Amino acid sequence: MKQIYLDHAATTQLDEAVLKKMMPYMRDYYGNPSSIYTIGRESKRAIEEARDIVASCFNCKNSEIYFTSCGTESDNWAIKGVCAFNKNKGKHIITSNIEHHAVLDTFLYMKKQGYEITVVPVEKNGIIDPLKIEKEIRKDTILISVMFANNEIGTIQPIAEIGSIARKNNIIFHTDAVQAAGTIPIDVKEMNIDLMSISAHKFYGPKGVGALYIRRGIMIDNLFHGGGQERTRRAATENISGIIGLAEALKLSLENMDYNNNHIKKIRDAVKRGIEQKIPYIIYNGDPSQRLVNNINFCFRFIEGEALILMLDFKGISASSGSACTSGSLDPSHVLLALGLPHEIAHGSLRLTFGRDSSMEDVDYIVDSIAQVVDRLRQMSPLYETFVKEQG
Amino acid sequence: MYSNKVMDHFSNPRNVGELADANAVGEVGNAKCGDIMKIYMKIEDNVIKNVSFKTFGCGAAIATSSMATELVKGKSIEDALSLTNKAVMEALDGLPPVKVHCSVLAEEAIKAAINNYKKSIGEQVTEDEYTCNSCCHNKKCE
Repeated sequence: MKQIYLDHAATTQLDEAVLKKMMPYMRDYYGNPSSIYTIGRESKRAIEEARDIVASCFNCKNSEIYFTSCGTESDNWAIKGVCAFNKNKGKHIITSNIEHHAVLDTFLYMKKQGYEITVVPVEKNGIIDPLKIEKEIRKDTILISVMFANNEIGTIQPIAEIGSIARKNNIIFHTDAVQAAGTIPIDVKEMNIDLMSISAHKFYGPKGVGALYIRRGIMIDNLFHGGGQERTRRAATENISGIIGLAEALKLSLENMDYNNNHIKKIRDAVKRGIEQKIPYIIYNGDPSQRLVNNINFCFRFIEGEALILMLDFKGISASSGSACTSGSLDPSHVLLALGLPHEIAHGSLRLTFGRDSSMEDVDYIVDSIAQVVDRLRQMSPLYETFVKEQG
Repeated sequence: MYSNKVMDHFSNPRNVGELADANAVGEVGNAKCGDIMKIYMKIEDNVIKNVSFKTFGCGAAIATSSMATELVKGKSIEDALSLTNKAVMEALDGLPPVKVHCSVLAEEAIKAAINNYKKSIGEQVTEDEYTCNSCCHNKKCE
């Protein structure tokens, strides 16, 4: 059966050209970049070249890019690092209520450590009002962390505005740009970003490698202690092939950004239209325009998301849901609840995230499959039965 | 994550739909928690002649409903009342720990339908704690 992958927000397939670039650093150039002999120097040179590429993609200096093991590490390092370094200056930190768990749970951890956290709610369209953040700023606020684009509903946050508010108030601003990097042009200078997390596997790079941008002059404590790698700020022997892969994948994503985004948006819009035409009793989650071009998020009333995902899988379609059952907790996704959706509706969510390998040819199959599965589950649903009877 | 039996009962649920000539109906669960099970029965001479279900819920909720209806079909109501969530789980070759509550719901849905029947023929019923708001916080699930 044909497999249609519609979960690019979860991860993407490694680009073949990227793999090719990485291969020599898997085995041939195995030298430790910290060693001074020839094969060590070659590894070092390759890493610094990768750093130059990444820096040029975000309009910053190469000395402001630090490679990490993933987006989660970058988020943890940024938040814990700012808190630890500034604990004498203040203990108040601000974030939004739709952050990825890598940020939210790190905030909750900081709360346990005695920091005060403010979680600012987003508006009903899944976008944060920068003025609401500004209102929460106190004398002892040391950090504002707001994600660039949301992983579930794709909404793009007013990062430049929040950045300028933070800068004006002399507060460090971190953004988790894991979903945005490679899809949206990012200029860290123009947007007043102090710290930014990215992850390679979201833009057709390898898993297990990420980066943290740290603006020159921003001081944060180290998360890892040990060797002197990454200008003494992140100890650990470098993941050389991963770093090469991250840089190459980012470079290719930027070079092809317009083409890919156009291609993806056409397919995304066609699927969205199809679903809206074929399936009644649905809710489209998140702002329709201020969102990533690859993202669709619907709630289908009267059904539950995990059952929907499993049945779509039978049809060869890989998608995801924010239902409680797929999140492994009792509550549906905090992002959908943040939009003000009641639990019973949030349980029936479907996220489709398209990619450059998505095809216009599959649109009809995707829409028909979803319509069939939704209908089948509704026929089984006592909620739907009650609803239909009430409608007469 | 799910056993083959669970996947089988989820993808080809037995006894699904409304039963036109049902003389007993039981519904348990809570939409807020993400599962509702409704069981329809046709009971004659103390025997469950026919049974069907409708379920709003995850894969495990649908599979446990399907299995529970299979296990009580043709049984006397006394036998059906002795059905435990454990028996439903065993028949499905187990459930992941976070899905145990689905089997509890299935047991309770069967009992709710039978109690509904007993009431309809004027029999006294001892109401259990079921009619779950229990799905999120039921001791049996732990």
